[in-house]
Amino acid sequence: MKALLDLITTKNMKSVYLDYAASTYLDPAVLKKMIPCLRGYFGNPSSMHKMGRQSKSIIKNAKHDIAEILNAKPEEIIFTGSGTETDNLAVLGTAYGNRSKGKHIIVSKIEHKAVLEAAKKLKRDGFEITYLNVDSSGLIKISELKKSIKQDTILISIMTANNEIGAIQPIAEISKIIKIFKNKGLPLFHTDACQAAGVLDLNVNKLGVDLMTLNGSKIYGPKGIGCLYVKSGIKLEPIIIGGEQEWGLRAGTENLASIIGFVEAFKLAEKLKFKENKRLTNLRNYFIKNIIKSIPDCRLNGHPAKRLPNNVNVSIKGIEGESLVLMLDKYGIFASTGSACSASDLEPSHVISAIDISPELSHSNIRFTLGRKTTKKDIDYVLKILPQAVKKLKTASSLR
Amino acid sequence: MKKNRKKTINATVKNKCKSKLESWIYSDIVKDHFFHPRNILLNDDYEADGMGAAGSPVCGDMMMVYIKVNPETKRIKDCKWRTFGCASAIASTSMMSIMVTEKGGMPVEKAMNLKPQQILERLGGLPDRKFHCSVLGHLALKEAATDYLRNAKK
Repeated sequence: MKALLDLITTKNMKSVYLDYAASTYLDPAVLKKMIPCLRGYFGNPSSMHKMGRQSKSIIKNAKHDIAEILNAKPEEIIFTGSGTETDNLAVLGTAYGNRSKGKHIIVSKIEHKAVLEAAKKLKRDGFEITYLNVDSSGLIKISELKKSIKQDTILISIMTANNEIGAIQPIAEISKIIKIFKNKGLPLFHTDACQAAGVLDLNVNKLGVDLMTLNGSKIYGPKGIGCLYVKSGIKLEPIIIGGEQEWGLRAGTENLASIIGFVEAFKLAEKLKFKENKRLTNLRNYFIKNIIKSIPDCRLNGHPAKRLPNNVNVSIKGIEGESLVLMLDKYGIFASTGSACSASDLEPSHVISAIDISPELSHSNIRFTLGRKTTKKDIDYVLKILPQAVKKLKTASSLR
Repeated sequence: MKKNRKKTINATVKNKCKSKLESWIYSDIVKDHFFHPRNILLNDDYEADGMGAAGSPVCGDMMMVYIKVNPETKRIKDCKWRTFGCASAIASTSMMSIMVTEKGGMPVEKAMNLKPQQILERLGGLPDRKFHCSVLGHLALKEAATDYLRNAKK
């Protein structure tokens, strides 16, 4: 454990982890809270005996704590197995649950694949999907949203903050627009806030959302835990069935340790929010400024200000994203590319394609996401190595 | 038959990857050619006898291949290249430049028919999805060879 943590600091070997949007380490304080659950509380929360009741009360308290952060009610919280599952449940669950009232769904083009693939599945099932464009900075256009809402629109899904380019949507403003069109509670408004947790204010009343997706692995909590806020009274059809857990909306014995881990991580993230936001914003701006300065033909993707404090996403002309990621990997710098010919997907990223970018640049982006352990020293190291790596790849590149 | 061979190569690579904790998605040969590419065209004034290009930046891979041919033996005596693309695209063009210039140079006629599987084999395989990267290299080479033959006729 310690060795792995050391890997993301610069203590032992020179290595700089800048992929926090992909995954965060498990905070030691969170792990500490999880251990008693892994060791002792193995009773099934559905059991009637004391050990079952003990586990059940742990979940109850967890929901209470989450609800407090979100300004929601404990019975509006559902635990799931991941952020992806939560997005699936929000989109598929509301669509199937309300299909008698309408078959039209609106999603933005830069949603996570968990939302987009769910929408694709719904299309095959006879639903109609409208995809909202985003402008060159990755923000949706309110006027386009207004025009897209129809009488039979049952769900609108727009993510709070984008995982690739960090663009932050004006969720409260969007929900005000949607409210004007609401008829008997529809359309519903879902937002995927996985990247926004511990960064933005996620008060569901202030934001005016009906459903919200959260997960543990982006907030220094455990993986394999997701959480859906569902406003009471909303019809939702479960996608995992076979038990009465989570108000019958998500079957399967509860993952007690991860639930506790998620709650602790979320509480800790909330506590550190103000300080970390300030620190990371400064660091991010310093990083962006100097990348642009030291690398020719380089552009920032996403909005310069309305972006996550930890997100840096740039396109560099003549360099393919994956090759740069692998070149930096050699120097112990761990970044990622949503675009490009990464070994798992050859298509350029749907997010990068959605922002107004020249096709030549769509394979050329690289994402650095900062986190709690990132220091100015780390950034300076990257600023030293990056121009060299770019120069090396440019020497071999057929695009100048 | 060829398809089967490709599958076997890729399976071997996958098995190798399983054995090491931090192993790369690519073979050691690919890694070597990516970090130390051979025969990159550095000189803009290089006078090639034939030139070819394949792919496009829009697809994420673009290769340019330049060859010099011995007019007597009709063998390739020098091969330079530039590639925009992922690690396997860079490595496969690098490997191809070795293959056509080694052992006294590849006859132009033979270079016209170089198969992507041959490059793949020399690289120790590529992940299935990356197969197209080596496909592009031989296309650029074919174009360069055709260009040479056209120039030679003049």
